[in-house]
Amino acid sequence: MSKKIKNVNSTQEFDELIKNNRYVLVDFWAAWCAPCRMVAPVIDEIADKYSEKVRVAKVNVDDQQELSIRYGIQSIPTVIFFKEGKVASKEIGVKPMSSFANMIDSNIA
Amino acid sequence: MENLVDIIIVGAGPAGLSAAVNALARGKTVRIFSNRENYLSKAERVDNHLGFYNISGKELMDKFKEHAEAMNIKIEEGKVVNILPMGNSFMVNINGEIAQSKKVILTMGISNVKELSGESKLLGSGVSYCATCDGMLYRGKDVVVWDQSNDAWEEANFLQGIGVNVTFVSKKPAPENLNNINFVKGTITEIIGSNSVEAVNLGNEEINCNAVFLLRDAIAPTSLIEGLKLNGNFIDVNKNMETNIEGVYAAGDITGRPLQLSKAVSEGLIAAQHAALQIDKKER
Repeated sequence: MSKKIKNVNSTQEFDELIKNNRYVLVDFWAAWCAPCRMVAPVIDEIADKYSEKVRVAKVNVDDQQELSIRYGIQSIPTVIFFKEGKVASKEIGVKPMSSFANMIDSNIA
Repeated sequence: MENLVDIIIVGAGPAGLSAAVNALARGKTVRIFSNRENYLSKAERVDNHLGFYNISGKELMDKFKEHAEAMNIKIEEGKVVNILPMGNSFMVNINGEIAQSKKVILTMGISNVKELSGESKLLGSGVSYCATCDGMLYRGKDVVVWDQSNDAWEEANFLQGIGVNVTFVSKKPAPENLNNINFVKGTITEIIGSNSVEAVNLGNEEINCNAVFLLRDAIAPTSLIEGLKLNGNFIDVNKNMETNIEGVYAAGDITGRPLQLSKAVSEGLIAAQHAALQIDKKER
C-alpha cells in the first residue's frame, strides 16, 4: 500500500479526515474480497498521481461497520469521492484507473 | 509479478482452444478457463468443417479437447467474474482467484443473458453476480440466490455457511447437494427496490430480501470489462480480432455472424497470433 494512503481506524478519525481535507477519495474494502485486491494497486496509483490535491484513504468494512452502514456500502470495492465532507461521486466494483481519475477530475476545481 | 502468464483465454470452445493451441505454437504461456458446455457439443451433425464430413458436434469437440490435451493445455474450471486493465497487463478474477496476463482473449460464445427489470439499476446495491465476492456483507441478512447455473447450489451453501439467510429460487427441483436451505420453485421476473434491493418478484409472489445473487453461467461481456465496445449484441473487433480495449481480443461466436465452427477456429488463430506478435514486439 502506498505510504500516501491513510488507513482509517475509527469513525472519529474518518470524520476529522473529511472535515480537514477538501478532497478525499475513500476505498471501502475487506481482506476477503478478491475484486478489492484487484483495485488496490489502482488506488495506489491514484494516491501517487493526485498526492498534492486529494487525500486518499481506506476503510475496512469489517472493522468499521458504522461507516459502511452510514454510506450504504452493499458491494465492495466501493470508492467514494468526498468534496467538502459530502459525497460527490461513487464508483462500485472493479474499475480501471481512468474511471477514478474521471471522478476526481470532474469534481475538483 | 506473480502468476503472470502471456495470455488468458476466457472460454474453451472451438475459438478458445484454437487460440490456446496457436498461442502455444508461438511459444507463449497460456491459461484457459471454462465453466460450461459449449454449443458445438450439442450439435447433432456437422458437415461443413473441412476434413470432417458427417461427424457429431460432440465427437468433434472431443477431438479438439484431445488435441489441446496432447499439447499439455489444461482447461481450468472457473467462471471469470471481472477483468481489469492495468496498463501493461490485466488482472483477471476467476471466482475469487486473481490471475494476471499480458493479453486477454474472450471466447465465451453467445450468451442469452436477458437482463431483469431493476438489475442494472441495483447492481452493487444488492444485486450481485458473485457470492464469494460480496457474500460477507450480508451476514445475518436475507438474500435470494437465483439458480441459473450448475454450480449455483455451491454458492448458496457457501453463503449459508458464513451466516447469511438464504432462499434458493429455481425453476428446477431442489439440487441434491443443496444444504438445508429454504427452497422456492419459480422464476424471478423483476428486482424491486428504489435505492437498494427490497424484494424479488416471482410473478405470483414477492420475496423480501436485502440482496439477490444472480448466478448465471455467463456474465455479459460489458460487465466483465468496463468500456468494452459492442456492435449490436456482439463484441466489436477489427481484422486482427482486437477489441477497443488495448490487449483484449475476442474471437468466435461472441464477435458475430456467421455463428459457425470454422469461423470460430480461424478467429481464435488470428487473435492468438496477433497477441503473440505484440508480446514479442514489446519484449524484443
